[in-house]
Formats: sequence, structure tokens, C-alpha cells
Amino acid sequence: MADAAPTRARRPARQPRRSVGRAGVGRPGVVWALPGALFFVFFAVAPMLLVGALAFTDWDGIGTPSWTGMSNWSRLWDDPETHQAIRLSLVLTVLTWVFQTPLALLLGVWAAGRQRNRAVLSAVFFLPLLGSSVALALVWKSLLDPNFGLVADIGPALGFADGDLLGSSNGAFGAILFVTAWQFIPLHTLIYQGGARAIPRSLYDAAAIDGAGTVRQFFSITLPQLRNTVVTSSVIMVVGALTFFDTVLILTKGGPGTDTTIVPYLMYKNGFQAFDLGYASAVATILVFVATTVSLLLVRLTGFAAMRSTREGM
Amino acid sequence: MRIPRSRSTLRASTLTAAVLLFATALTGCGSGGPGGSDDGSLDVWVYQDASTKVQREVIKRFNKTSDIKAKLTEVPGEGYSDKMRTSMGTPNAPDVFFNWGGGSISDFVRKDMLLDLDPAIAKDPELKKAFIPTILDAGAIDGKHYGIPMRGMQPVILFYNKEVFEDAGASPPESWDDLLGLIDTFKGAGVTPFALAGTDAWTELMWVEYLVDRYGGAGVFRKVQSRGMAAWDDPAVLKAAQTVRDLVGRGAFGKNYKSVNYTADGASTLFAKGKAAMHLMGSWEYANQKANQPAFAKSGLGWTTFPAVPGGSGDPRSVVGNPTNYWSVNAKLKGDERKTAIEFVKFAAGQDYSKDLIANGDVPTTSDAAALLAEHENPDYARFQYDLVKRAPDFTLSWDQALPATYTPPLQTAVQKLFNGQLSPAGFVDALKGM
Repeated sequence: MADAAPTRARRPARQPRRSVGRAGVGRPGVVWALPGALFFVFFAVAPMLLVGALAFTDWDGIGTPSWTGMSNWSRLWDDPETHQAIRLSLVLTVLTWVFQTPLALLLGVWAAGRQRNRAVLSAVFFLPLLGSSVALALVWKSLLDPNFGLVADIGPALGFADGDLLGSSNGAFGAILFVTAWQFIPLHTLIYQGGARAIPRSLYDAAAIDGAGTVRQFFSITLPQLRNTVVTSSVIMVVGALTFFDTVLILTKGGPGTDTTIVPYLMYKNGFQAFDLGYASAVATILVFVATTVSLLLVRLTGFAAMRSTREGM
Repeated sequence: MRIPRSRSTLRASTLTAAVLLFATALTGCGSGGPGGSDDGSLDVWVYQDASTKVQREVIKRFNKTSDIKAKLTEVPGEGYSDKMRTSMGTPNAPDVFFNWGGGSISDFVRKDMLLDLDPAIAKDPELKKAFIPTILDAGAIDGKHYGIPMRGMQPVILFYNKEVFEDAGASPPESWDDLLGLIDTFKGAGVTPFALAGTDAWTELMWVEYLVDRYGGAGVFRKVQSRGMAAWDDPAVLKAAQTVRDLVGRGAFGKNYKSVNYTADGASTLFAKGKAAMHLMGSWEYANQKANQPAFAKSGLGWTTFPAVPGGSGDPRSVVGNPTNYWSVNAKLKGDERKTAIEFVKFAAGQDYSKDLIANGDVPTTSDAAALLAEHENPDYARFQYDLVKRAPDFTLSWDQALPATYTPPLQTAVQKLFNGQLSPAGFVDALKGM
């Protein structure tokens, strides 16, 4: 509070000066964006360019990187493990979207209502988001222990005899899918809850008068009104799924064999276990490229870039 | 970050892994942080864990005798490899530092960053005699010594659960036939013969290392180290891989070993609770059991050697595992600083140092430590380890640590695939040759 007071006092004195310089428009100038822009350049753009350059070198982390031209890239092209990683990452991303979106959407819309116990239950659903990914993955690792974990009891019912879930390719992949969904659905629920709250009450009132039931209202009002929210949530979800890492590191270490080695884990394996930083940079560059393309495509194809309002004609 | 070497502290350290990943990313920038010898003192880096207090003590003793003072930097365990690697070649590099020998320093040796200690060892016959020769040699690269042993030994031992053996009326295996017989005995009793943590590939690697050693001797892996990956062609490697498949097929590891972990104590608990009869693991298993199942560690834990295999030419007295950790000296040190650094690493050969190690529960690698072992908290276990290592003609450093870092991930993947049945024995050999 002590800081806030003088700031507030200074503000009126500055305001007129700035308005004069900018023909009365009170918008902040380029200078205001400088700290943020510099931070972004130093900690995001510059490292990304460096990684792009490293992808054309051979570097083991000590000494000087040596230029090797396209050799990392031709290796990438031929490496079956990389192909598998890209395939697994894409499948994981699609399944993540298919699995998380409907659940988050329904939970979010439900949480936007005014039912009894809603606040309490929403708070409970929100809990997984508060834990650290590493701690949560460790908890799940214990739950998935085939002899002492939960999966020892329920594994056979799921089709994993002897609780051998992490040891089977599909089981381990499913575990990653499930644990990350369990962890991130609350975030998307929150986004949908916010979106659903912003839908004008009058639309529902009018629909009710016309005789529309809950289901009809959901499909004719809620869903179309949430169009932009769906895009926002999907972009976060897709980019998030392409960069899942800690859950894989702790839960499966990319195994069994390489059957859950998705691209970010492959990058870590090459970079920080093999110290083959040139090749790891090439993998990272691919990841940056794919994630950027996918999110741009999503934004383009859905018309989100035009920022068309969902309230047109109201 | 390679495989964590001090596995007894793994459980806690996994928790901090992600935090440290971030931290190493920052320290990697080389800005600030401890290091550098500009202030005229000797900068000593050590892997921080329960054993660090031994190094704290030796620094105190050393500084009483020396004009140039040594200063200890304790680097949190999980990030040690990364930090060591990113600092070497920068002005922040340590003067003397802890390492695992073999692959952990071979890249530094190639770039002439480490001091060859052979002249110092040649000048001081006492120093050479001070350590068990196999241990001193296990840290050598291309026949030259770059490290002085400075921590306890960590051989891989075949542990067994005494109670389970008593219930089954069995005795520890002395031959391969005994071992195969025990598999059937315990399967009949509804007990998993061997606990195995299949999600942590390095635990499976121990089996392959011992089998290759028993079939073809320590020379097989030495050939790989000196001649490259084509040397995996040795028939002993194929034979070992076939034996692994045979063991898996007999149900030696139970049915769900692929999902069992070591880092969250899955395998150790299985073993301690009597659901598994035996466990092939590094000597740190004792400390691990003491922390989690103290009663079992005290009275239920038995240990024996890995048996010979039929038709094998390897010496059954040989061991595999982590011989010890080493001090290495940075080659950039000159004149008095270099002399002081060599004086400092020699302190690890002293009796005071060995006593501190024993008080800490470690088994020292010095050749005169036998008389001191009575002071160990478990003298029988300490003597077993010490004798095992002392009479071993060869102590093979774990492959994933002996080979340069770049081979670690493909090696571990191939081993895991072999155990999982995703690779045939012949495919396994091909995978190793193709690394």
C-alpha cells in the first residue's frame, strides 16, 4: 500500500504531458512495450535462434561447437526412433484433445451454473492444477506400481493382468494420456466456466419461452457462444500436449523400450543424457516448427484471427 | 543428467529433478556461481549427498597443513553431471572435482582438460600401494590414471531374503544350476524368484554386465572400450542375451517386472516384504533397506556372489558395479596450485579419511582398510564387500558409466527391449553394434 499511494499521486501529473505528444490519444507508446519485448527477445527469441544454429553443429556441451552442415538433419530423416517420436506426439496430441475437450467443456458449463454445492465441487475439481507436475507424477507412479499400487487391484479389470500396465505399450501410453488429462482438465474447465458465464442470460430466457430444453439450449446457445473459448482452450491444449515432458520422465522414462518416447523426451534424451546437443537442437527445431504451425493453423482455420464476436446481431 | 550414480538417495532426488533441470539450465549460462581459482584458493567440487561430510572433514584437516586453502563447493546431486560438464572449459571450472571415472570424464581427457596423475603416482610409491589396484585402474582412461579413489565401493551384489529362503528350505545359489533350481522352487512357493525393476533399465543392465563377464570375462567389455562398438560381436554378448531371454521365459522375474520401478522403491519393497526371494543390486541396497525397512536390513538381508555360468570363461571372482568415485585435477592448474591440488587428493589415501568413510557406513577402497572394518555398523557386510572386491581380478565399471555419455540412452533402450522381448538376442547384439 505504501508504494501504491505515491504512484497514484504522480499519475495525474504525467497524463497531460503524454496526451499532448500523442495528439490526445492516451495510448502507451513503444517505450512501454520495451521491457516486455526485451525480455522476450533475450529469453525466447535469442535462445530459439541459437538452437536453430546449433542444429547445424556437432556439440557435446564442452568446447566449441563444430559445423557439420546437414548431418543432424539427414540423421533425423533416417532415425526410426525420431519417426516414432513424432508419430507418438501427434497421436498423443489428437487423443488429448479428443479426451479433454468434451470433459472440460461439460464440466465448465456445469460449473458456470448456480447449482447447490457447485462452488465446493468446483474447488475440488480444481485441486490437481495446484500440485506440481513432478509431485503428481510421483504420486501416480506409486498408484501404478504393479504390486503395491492401486493398479494391482484394478489392473486386471482394465485388461492388465498382474497390474502390468506401465510395462505394456498401450498401457503406458494410456497412463500418460490419463494422468495429463487429470492434471490439465481443471485448467480448461476454468476457461470454459469463464466463457459460459459471459453468455447473456437473456438468450436462455428467450429460448426457454420458445420451449427449448436444456439439451437444445446447450447445442443452440452455449456451444455456438463458446466458439472462441473452444479455440483458445484447444490451442493451449494442443501446444501443451506437444510439449508434455515431466510426466513422461517420471512415469515411464519413455518406455517400455521407446514406446512412450515423445518428441520432447527424445530431445531431453539426446541433449541431456547423450549430450549430443547438436542433434537435440535439430529435434527441438522440429518441435518449435510443428507446434507453431499447428497453432497457427488452428487459429486460421477456425476464423479466430478475425476475432468475430459471438454477439453479432444482438 | 545421466543416470544418477548414488542410487541410495534416488527417491528424494527424483522429487527435485525438475527443479534442478531448470537450475542447471541457468548455471549452464556460466554466469556467477561458485568456481574459479582467481582468489588463490583451491576450488573443490563434490556431489552433495549423505557422504559429503567425509569431504568436509578432509578439507578441514587439509587446510591446517596447507598455505593455499581448499574450499569445498557442494553441488546438489541430481544436477552434478550437467554442472560439471557445462563449467569445464570456462573460467568457473573447479580445480579438483568429484567424478565417476570412465565415461564421465573421457570427453574432458580427450580435450586435455584433466591432469594425468601418473607422474605423481610414480613419484610416490606409497600412493600407488594405498589403493586396491583394480579400483585405481577402473578409473583409468587408455591406461592413464586421472582419478584418485575418494569414496566407498559400490559393487553389485546378489542379495537374498533370509526368511523366504528358510521357509522354502533353500540355500543361496553357488552355481548356475542352483540358481535355475531356485527359480522353480520359489515359483512353486508363489514367490517371485528375483525382484527386477523393469522401468529403470540400469537395473536390468546389471544382469547383462554380470552375464557377459561370466561368459567371456572382463576382456569383452574392455575390447568394446578400446576398439569401439563393433566389438559387441563377441559370442559372450549373444550368449548373455540368450540367457536373459531364458531367465525371463522361466519366470525368474515374475510376470509384471516390466512395470516395477526402483526409484520409488517398488523392487526393494517387493524384496523386503518377501514377495521376491532375491535381488541383484548395488551395495547401496543395504542403505536403502536400512532407511525404509530397518528391521529387514538388520536381520533379514543376506548377500552372496553372482554364480559362474556353464561353459563360461570369465573368472567368477570378478565383480561389476561402481568401483568408487574419484578426485580429478584440472589441467589448467600450474606451479604451486598444481602441487597443492595433488597434495589434497593424496589425503584420500590416509587412514583418517578411511575412518571417516567407515563411520559414514561406507567401505573404503584403501588396501589397508581391512583392519578398520570392525568399526563399521555392519562389520559382516563391510567385510564381505571388501573381500569380494579385494580378491576380484577385475572390477568392471557399469557400462552406462564407463562408455561416453552419448552411448547411455541407446544402451539402456536396447537392454530394456531385450528384457521386454521387443528385441531378440541377435537383434540386441545388432542394436549395440549400431550405437
